[in-house]
Amino acid sequence: MTNSIAEIEDADVILITGTNTTENHPIIAHSIKRAVERGTAKLIVVDPRRIDLVDQANYWLRQRPGTDIAWLNGLLHWIVKKNLHDKNFIEERCEGFAELAAELENYPPERVEEITGIPAAEIRAAAELIGRADRASFLYAMGITQHITGTDNVKAIANLAMVTGNVGRWGTGVNPLRGQNNVQGACDMGALPNVLPGYAPVADPEARKTFAAAWGADKLPDTPGLTATEIMPAAHEGKVRGLYILGENPVISDANAGHAEEALRKLDFLVVEDIFLTETARLAHVVLPGASWAEKDGTFTNTERRVQLVRAAIEPVGNSFPDWRIIQRLAQLMGVRFDYSSPEQIFNEIRRVVPSYAGISYARIEREGGLQWPCPNIDHPGTPFLHAGGFKRGKGLLTPVKHLPPAEQPDAEYPLVLTTGRVQYHYHTGSMTRRCRSLNTLAPEAILEMNPADATGIGIADGDRVAVFSRRGSITTRAGITERVPPGVVFTSFHFSESPVNRLTNDALDPIAKIPELKVCAVRVEKT
Amino acid sequence: MTTTTAAEKKIIAVTIDGTPVGVPEGSTILDAAQKAGARIPTLCHHPSLAPIGSCRVCLVSVAGVDRPATACNTQALAGMAITTRSEGLFNLRREVIKMILAHHPLNCTPCPLNGDCRLQDMAYEYDLTTFDFSEYLLKTVEFPWKAFSTPILDYHPRRCILCGRCVKVCAEIRGLGAITMNGAGAHTVVEPVMADRESQSRCISCGECMRICPVNAIEERMGSAKGKPWETTKTQTTCTYCGVGCQLDLNVVGGRVVGVTTRDDVGVNRGRLCSKGRFGYTFIHSPDRLSRPLVRNAAGELEETTWTTALTLVAREFRRIRDNHGPQALAALSSARCTNEENYLFQRLARQVFGTNNVDHCARL
Ligand code: SF4
Ligand code: SF4
Ligand code: SF4
Repeated sequence: MTNSIAEIEDADVILITGTNTTENHPIIAHSIKRAVERGTAKLIVVDPRRIDLVDQANYWLRQRPGTDIAWLNGLLHWIVKKNLHDKNFIEERCEGFAELAAELENYPPERVEEITGIPAAEIRAAAELIGRADRASFLYAMGITQHITGTDNVKAIANLAMVTGNVGRWGTGVNPLRGQNNVQGACDMGALPNVLPGYAPVADPEARKTFAAAWGADKLPDTPGLTATEIMPAAHEGKVRGLYILGENPVISDANAGHAEEALRKLDFLVVEDIFLTETARLAHVVLPGASWAEKDGTFTNTERRVQLVRAAIEPVGNSFPDWRIIQRLAQLMGVRFDYSSPEQIFNEIRRVVPSYAGISYARIEREGGLQWPCPNIDHPGTPFLHAGGFKRGKGLLTPVKHLPPAEQPDAEYPLVLTTGRVQYHYHTGSMTRRCRSLNTLAPEAILEMNPADATGIGIADGDRVAVFSRRGSITTRAGITERVPPGVVFTSFHFSESPVNRLTNDALDPIAKIPELKVCAVRVEKT
Repeated sequence: MTTTTAAEKKIIAVTIDGTPVGVPEGSTILDAAQKAGARIPTLCHHPSLAPIGSCRVCLVSVAGVDRPATACNTQALAGMAITTRSEGLFNLRREVIKMILAHHPLNCTPCPLNGDCRLQDMAYEYDLTTFDFSEYLLKTVEFPWKAFSTPILDYHPRRCILCGRCVKVCAEIRGLGAITMNGAGAHTVVEPVMADRESQSRCISCGECMRICPVNAIEERMGSAKGKPWETTKTQTTCTYCGVGCQLDLNVVGGRVVGVTTRDDVGVNRGRLCSKGRFGYTFIHSPDRLSRPLVRNAAGELEETTWTTALTLVAREFRRIRDNHGPQALAALSSARCTNEENYLFQRLARQVFGTNNVDHCARL
């Protein structure tokens, strides 16, 4: 997030899209709800599903899945047409407005209505609301990024925020809500194929030199590596032969999971480190028992860039070990001396090599209750919102983006669009929450949400067992008949290994971010 | 950092037990007393909720006013002279607490709050621990079993003191209004509100009502056996289930995590949690936890082994692949649920030891 969670309540207009906040970030959903109920904020929800926050929304724009660029451009088209854009901000802080404005010409509300199904009048009204707001905050999540146009979707949101001057001030911002607890931290720490910790490009010789010196390495690899979504095909082709998986379960979570499983089976050597024998661990040659979150010290960085402490409450269960100890020992056995005596010592090294973490220490987190990076020195209070005085690259670049239909379209054989997400009682592939009796009582199985218009035609009633087929695989699950989803669209979650929905999903990738199009694929549903 | 541009409030002067104190206009008598360091007992009051004023144990007297006032919901006005301690007030409060205890037997020995309970403290302070309630208890109602709004919480009408905090927290903080008070007088109970559609409860099982209940009338049904406050250690940590990063306390008894609690003034969540954060801890001691390394044996099955055997094998195989097929034949998938420190070490392992940038995590999924 460019801004903080606490700021959301101070926005005049909150736009949320591709985030079912009530289910995925419940505490943030409170803030939104409270701001709306207090009457200080107007809420715009853009989502194909009738998510809970629709009840609070001033406008609910129900787009067809995979048409986000069209409505985002449509909003901007109307804002510019009505002369509601922030000319000063654009002049002083941005570049590329002329090119963007030219592209926006192609998105008048009527055309946007044709593409997205959102009535032109609603596009105009929502656009005017945003254009007139003093402070607008834009919240999104995987519903925006998990498309082949994911990167462009995000650019379109950034365009909207910049053109309306809603960046770099309290209560505004482009605010992605991170799904897993430490996605932000894993990225910050360089668990990415193209950058070292602190986003230093691997291709930059200076950066490599700094890290090689810190680690006592002769040299570090200089070409960007494969992304998670490229590693699987590479394993399939035999290019990747050995894989070390830390606490992940791609057999359930990867798009086109059947293909991922085949790829894992082809490996010469697979090591999985986890706390349970997950579906993925079952395929491993060696399984290493890690300690759970309750058993280790360290830090997580939350979605608002706040670095917070994780503290061990108990000793590691059984003969398991915290992951850092296992990794360290393996490095030593492979001939490189990792020599850390505690997570705090590792963190202190991070502070030396990642400038935005330099001022954060365990003692300060303890005292001050978490610090938001960038925090360049020990006296720095941390940064609630980014880009206050300017963008890192100088001027904010406005990039024209174009609507592109999803990779897979429904047809006669697969007439419905499947979109996936989560329910609030479970986490990811469910390896932890499915083992919590309370949570599993609340949500014991996957439900396929289906509109009555689609269900009755093929004789499916609420609660029926159904089979779902896509070009890649099939699963069985239970139907829930509901108006939450529009006709033509079905929805389910990916927490349940009994109904592994990612056997169905499409692994077509966004060409830049390499994120698979988990939010749109074509399926057929049959009664079993 | 100022959040909003709320206009500075006017400061007014009052006296608390003869001590002058200045508070912003609009403050309650309770706020003023707290500022002056005077202790007034409260039960239904909670700092994150709007005043309820149902329990009436916070009675104080205001000079020139005949009837005592409830401090939690009476506004302090300029010049007010407030008395928080006197024999008269002691006796009044004692009567109020007596009525509460008539419906809430002091069954403290098996109660998990024993030793960390306001009501128990009050019973002691107001000399009610040996009081004979038989006269009152005659009027006590036998409650039938009551369903609560969620299958994972139990509601005990026999313990409920009808303070109304749970109803308030559900409506105010959760914005749901999933529970309400039904019935009259001693027959009043807290019950679920059914949503109009399909008669389903609006409840999302967040457990906020349980957190805020001062007397353990709402209880976790499937939690493990809890310990007493004095044998429980609380370790503050960060929730592992989403990017909000709520702060919570893992409650540990005898080396086992037995529950999750929160502190009202800590973290972005300020005491709130969702169902995952509050109830998602029992996997920790699941019998399915892996406790020893596993290695595939000659028959192709995973078999328990020692750390040395497992890690030596891993090191040898990764080295073999690297040396025979080049570093690009190795890859490492890190985890967005692991700590920063672990992610840092893991990418260092991939880059420096494996010699490849084939390292990524599941952010894209
Ligand atoms: S669990 Fe949460 S939603 Fe349900 S009644 Fe209690 S406070 Fe309300
Ligand atoms: S809630 Fe308090 S007063 Fe009531 S039984 Fe438990 S410890 Fe005793
Ligand atoms: S308690 Fe709920 S909202 Fe808070 S971090 Fe955990 S999962 Fe997220």
